[in-house]
Amino acid sequence: MDYFIHLAILIGIYSILGVSLNLVVGYTGLLSVTHAAFYGLGAYVVAILLTAYGWAFWPALLVAIIFTGLVAFLIGLVLSRFAGDYYALGSFGFNIIVFSIFLNWQSVTRGPLGIPGIARPEIFGVSFGDNLMFLGLVVLLALLIYLAAEYIAHSSFGRVLKAIREDEQAIQVFGYRTAYYKLTVFALGAMMAAVAGGLFAVYITFIDPSSFNLMESIFVLAIIILGGLANNKGAVLGAVFLILLPEVLRFVGFPSDVAAQLRQVVYGLLLIVLMVYRPQGLVGEYKL
Amino acid sequence: MSIEIKNLTKCFDGVKAVNNLSLEFLPGQITGIIGPNGSGKSTLVNLLTGVIPFDRGLVLLGSDTKLSKLAAYDVAEYGITRTFQDARLFEQMTVLDNILVVLTERNLFSAFFERHKKFHLDEAEKLLTQVGLWEKRQALTANLSYGQRKLLEVARTLAMKSEIYFFDEPFAGLFSEMIKIVSGVLVELKKTDKTVVLVEHNMDLIRELSDTVVVLDAGELLTVGRPEEVLSRKEVVEAYLGE
Repeated sequence: MDYFIHLAILIGIYSILGVSLNLVVGYTGLLSVTHAAFYGLGAYVVAILLTAYGWAFWPALLVAIIFTGLVAFLIGLVLSRFAGDYYALGSFGFNIIVFSIFLNWQSVTRGPLGIPGIARPEIFGVSFGDNLMFLGLVVLLALLIYLAAEYIAHSSFGRVLKAIREDEQAIQVFGYRTAYYKLTVFALGAMMAAVAGGLFAVYITFIDPSSFNLMESIFVLAIIILGGLANNKGAVLGAVFLILLPEVLRFVGFPSDVAAQLRQVVYGLLLIVLMVYRPQGLVGEYKL
Repeated sequence: MSIEIKNLTKCFDGVKAVNNLSLEFLPGQITGIIGPNGSGKSTLVNLLTGVIPFDRGLVLLGSDTKLSKLAAYDVAEYGITRTFQDARLFEQMTVLDNILVVLTERNLFSAFFERHKKFHLDEAEKLLTQVGLWEKRQALTANLSYGQRKLLEVARTLAMKSEIYFFDEPFAGLFSEMIKIVSGVLVELKKTDKTVVLVEHNMDLIRELSDTVVVLDAGELLTVGRPEEVLSRKEVVEAYLGE
């Protein structure tokens, strides 16, 4: 049972990451591969405030959200000078920079040693130390973020994001200062990712830089492309699919000496086959 | 509101696409712009709608606005709007959303707290009905025919309720029924004292609709005047009409 609860918690955390990145990539068409950096910032701010300063989870999470939003705003200011492939490359660079800070600013992050002993949250004396209780918290926050993303997608603001994705210059001619919209959605997506980071930190109770490297950004990108861009349900479905698929492959019965490698190969092949036959993802509305 | 340009110049890699051009487009008139391919017609529209920055010159709007540069996101505020030579629509959005995105709140904060109001929908219905696309309102724009795309772009332009309209080859590839619709739109704008600039290759339509015709050649002004007078000039006929 604990195993299934663990998977459900991971699905919840990655759903938050998927839904938040979908606002940036799926709805606005900005191919960002920086998301793991914001995920990591959320995790590190929560972990440091809890372990080094003895803060409670909720104020720490709030600070993490605001701090990550500010960092994303500054990164977004630089990225707003790029478009298309260059935007992706620029965001790639920022992920590497933030990862290097996690790894090398040892006096704050403890570098590769990571931060252990992060306490599980408590609300009004109710502890979330139990995994089932923690799952409830993850589901609640994931649901709130999902609803917020749905609201944004269906507002006038969301309609402008889609127009930016389709033809940024054309929508500018109709009086929209698109740079502000792109910056806002980029910062919002990052703030949502910080929530996922905070949850991850207190769930695992230990973080180190390896959880927030470039591969993690690519994994979240794969979640939304596979689930379907510009569709929040797709982001959740993608998280379910990509978290469960490697687990299902554990039961296929590969020879034990090459099981891990074969699982990776089959995992990769399944993704390629899915993209060949369903390039818009499981329930996508938009194709890159 | 009139729009006047003085000594407008734009070079691409040393080639003068628009060279020291001075012109005035008046309200309550349709000004046709003709010229061979590469004469600078579309470049001029792009310069006056901020899509391409100009190198030198001035743009005067009405009697009191003098601009030495123009950004795409500013032109709407100055009361300028346009269609594109190749319709630039928001392909993966519905027909209705292509209109609503122009009608609804431009302020970022307000846009966050609004979807659309009933009067936005009513206005969208009026505009889409005018161009015969109301029945298609839930269709994905990418699935429209070429002519329908042109009509949707015209409706989106009307949604701006601007003072100055640039139409860049709006009749290209349209059936006669569609041509009637777009002609009607242009005439209606003229009647309501708007400034209408029409870039067009169809000389019959230029003759029929324009009050003034501007002929461009290699980015320079060749001649300007009333259509019957300009279109009968020998050099214009020989060089541009092939008649």
